[in-house]
Amino acid sequence: MKDFLFNFKMPEYFFVTGDPLIYGAYVSIVLVSLGILFVLTYYKKWGWLWREWLTTVDHKKIGILYLLAALLMLFRGGVDAILMRIQLTAPSLNFLDADHYNQIFTTHGTIMILFMAMPFLIGLMNIAIPLQIGARDVAFPALNAVSFWMFAAGAMLFNISFVLGGSPDAGWTSYTPLAGNALDPGPGQNYYLLGLQISGIGTLVTGINFLVTILKMRAPGMTLWKMPLFSWSTLITSVIIIFAFPVLTIALALLTLDRIFGFHFFTLAGGGSPMMWANLFWIWGHPEVYIVILPAFGLFSEIFSTFARKKLFGYKAMVFSMLSISALSFIVWVHHFFTMGSGPWVNSIFSITTMLIAIPTGVKVFNWLFTLYKGRIEFTTPMLWALGFIPVFLCGGITGVMLSSAPADYQYHNSYFLIGHFHYVLIGGTVYGCIAGLIYYWPKMFGFIMNERLGKWAFWWFTIGFNMCFIPMYIVGLKGMTRRMYTYPAGLGWESWNLIATIGAFGMGIGFMILVWNMYYSFRKGQRDTTGDPWNGRTLEWMTSSPAAEYNFAIIPKVKGLDAFHLIKKEKAAGVKEEEVELKPIHMPKGEAFPVVMSGFMFIAGFGFVFEWLQIGAIGVLGSIITMIWRSFNDYDRDYYIPVEEVRKTELAAGRRV
Amino acid sequence: METTTSTTKGYRPMEYASEEGRLKIFGFWIFLGAEIVLFSTLFATYFVLVNQTAGGPSGKELFEIKIFAMETFLLLTSSFTCGLAVLAMRKQSKRGYFGWMGVTLLLGLGFLILEIEEFAMLVEMNAGPTRSAFLSAFFTLVGTHGIHVTLGIAWVTGVMIQVWKRGFTPVTSRKIFMTGLYWHFLDVVWIFLFSTIYLLGVA
Repeated sequence: MKDFLFNFKMPEYFFVTGDPLIYGAYVSIVLVSLGILFVLTYYKKWGWLWREWLTTVDHKKIGILYLLAALLMLFRGGVDAILMRIQLTAPSLNFLDADHYNQIFTTHGTIMILFMAMPFLIGLMNIAIPLQIGARDVAFPALNAVSFWMFAAGAMLFNISFVLGGSPDAGWTSYTPLAGNALDPGPGQNYYLLGLQISGIGTLVTGINFLVTILKMRAPGMTLWKMPLFSWSTLITSVIIIFAFPVLTIALALLTLDRIFGFHFFTLAGGGSPMMWANLFWIWGHPEVYIVILPAFGLFSEIFSTFARKKLFGYKAMVFSMLSISALSFIVWVHHFFTMGSGPWVNSIFSITTMLIAIPTGVKVFNWLFTLYKGRIEFTTPMLWALGFIPVFLCGGITGVMLSSAPADYQYHNSYFLIGHFHYVLIGGTVYGCIAGLIYYWPKMFGFIMNERLGKWAFWWFTIGFNMCFIPMYIVGLKGMTRRMYTYPAGLGWESWNLIATIGAFGMGIGFMILVWNMYYSFRKGQRDTTGDPWNGRTLEWMTSSPAAEYNFAIIPKVKGLDAFHLIKKEKAAGVKEEEVELKPIHMPKGEAFPVVMSGFMFIAGFGFVFEWLQIGAIGVLGSIITMIWRSFNDYDRDYYIPVEEVRKTELAAGRRV
Repeated sequence: METTTSTTKGYRPMEYASEEGRLKIFGFWIFLGAEIVLFSTLFATYFVLVNQTAGGPSGKELFEIKIFAMETFLLLTSSFTCGLAVLAMRKQSKRGYFGWMGVTLLLGLGFLILEIEEFAMLVEMNAGPTRSAFLSAFFTLVGTHGIHVTLGIAWVTGVMIQVWKRGFTPVTSRKIFMTGLYWHFLDVVWIFLFSTIYLLGVA
């Protein structure tokens, strides 16, 4: 018992030492934490923080928390990217050593996919979906908070790795045997496993939550075929999440068992199969890339239709192409390792399924173009990002078709050509979609519009920088530069391209900083949105005030067709009288402490397992189970009613007739 | 089935009476769908590794028909009694609910004890999970099911205490119904474990 309680393994790993950058990081972490504590205490904001944010179950606030976390992670992942680009600017540089470089490309990839793209899109879903389908919240508000706090715990765990214990360094794909205990001892890889595990559970819960919300809580009259495209894309994404994430859960759990408890799933010594990791990882991993692209497609569809002032072209074809993409996403995973000996038959089949994906995607691109055709296009910032998306995504898509051909892939595999390809689709698709959606929904979140001039500067810096950064990667890839090399000798013809790429990366960084500055600038001086409908929108979310009241809709709207709000506005203009509806008290959930507390225990558990301190891990697991039991016993009286008087007051303050 | 207990149109059993209850039960079905994917992945892993014994014992040498037949008998019966308990809840019979759910718990505990004994025996025979890839996969798959049963027992117990204190309300009857779904689900998973791991293992 004593051996168990006081057995602290790997003390030598605990503090990362030796690099002045790391010491700087320690100092700044301590100073920033003290600063936050001081500000919160000095301005007496602890109660406010607890009541309004930490225990909130309001989907709009949870959405804002997600976006805040995603922007922080975009910054962290972006700094990783800049560090890598500096190291590769010229041949034989020694800015980073090989170990450090391995850690940085690992954290860059993992953070950008799982802790940036996912929460960014889930944040936008949280903000828009209940409003868009005319609901007062998601189906399970408390679980929604659990999702966020689990994600936050996982992300925080992953991020402290660079000062405590060292970062994972086996790539974001974490292939075995490289990621196994024999070749990669220490806590680094455990951070990857536990961080992803904890946040992955949160994502699964989000998937279930949004599936139920969209299927069961749409406003009266909104049949599935009258549902806006962003809601459709979220619904389909939720289905993919529900089918894909359990596979990740298992894959991570098996590797954790291998590393911490000496099991033999992936170790050859006991008869395990390292290739099984690659299969399990990509059975989750390929659907995952559609999880991060489909919501972006949904956002683009909304934005194109809004700013072309037209109904979306080919609505049903759009939905069917998303459905077929989601089905195909599960049967293409082998294309990530054509070169690992699956044989010609298997490779051929997976080549064909991969090429098939180009068809529904092409359908979508044409439908967007036809939506623009003869539209009265308004070049607002969200629209600029959406318009920019089409050419860059096309470029990424076409190189994707090139990669899908198995024999040709033997040439491209793990070269910078691949890096170019997936950054073109992930940045060109997902990041453009996220930023477009962020600016589009910004007034709905905060009640003011982001400055258009600064927004356009950010767009052009980012877009020019992006193309400068990644077109050279296609070229050096074809010239033989492989991914994940930390330095290269002179004389291979790669130098000037790498220099251009680094300059481009800084351009993207400047674009990001203008975007962030714009948030602050517009907060101070931006145009306030008093109508709730700053873009002349077509869907129900623009019917609420900006920011929407806690209960979203005082009276749940009746939906008569696609683009419901557009129809309502048209009717109003034609002089059709609104129905008089009596206000009723509104049923709302109370805030809860349980999500943040339980996730705190999960964080402790994760931290314990990272260092293989099983006693700490046990405390964390036990704590979260007890919190759950406590919640089950207090599952009564979790709601309250907002009285009619208060609703009327809020509505009148927002300038509405009630 | 509902129409036999009531002739009124639109009758709903208590667990479905509230919007919240309907949403939560539907959500729980979806969750069980995710659980199926989870177990499928473990099954697939097991079948990839089933012959990778690394010179150690195979299933044929390890699995004892008597033990797993008994485990199956206990768990399948518990699923039946669990169904009876949910029916008793529908009939508002507290005695029936506590009686049948109590039997379910005892059967579940019996199953768990047998499984733990089986695991302990294997470890003693130097056939623990670290012995070979086959045993890693076996312990993880069967153990994951076992952990689910353990959590199920804890959950059912917790719900029973709540019913004891509050009686049958829309909230507690929803919880009873959901624990029932969960318990049946574990039973279904066990049928696959029994037939593909144990029966094929000793064949």
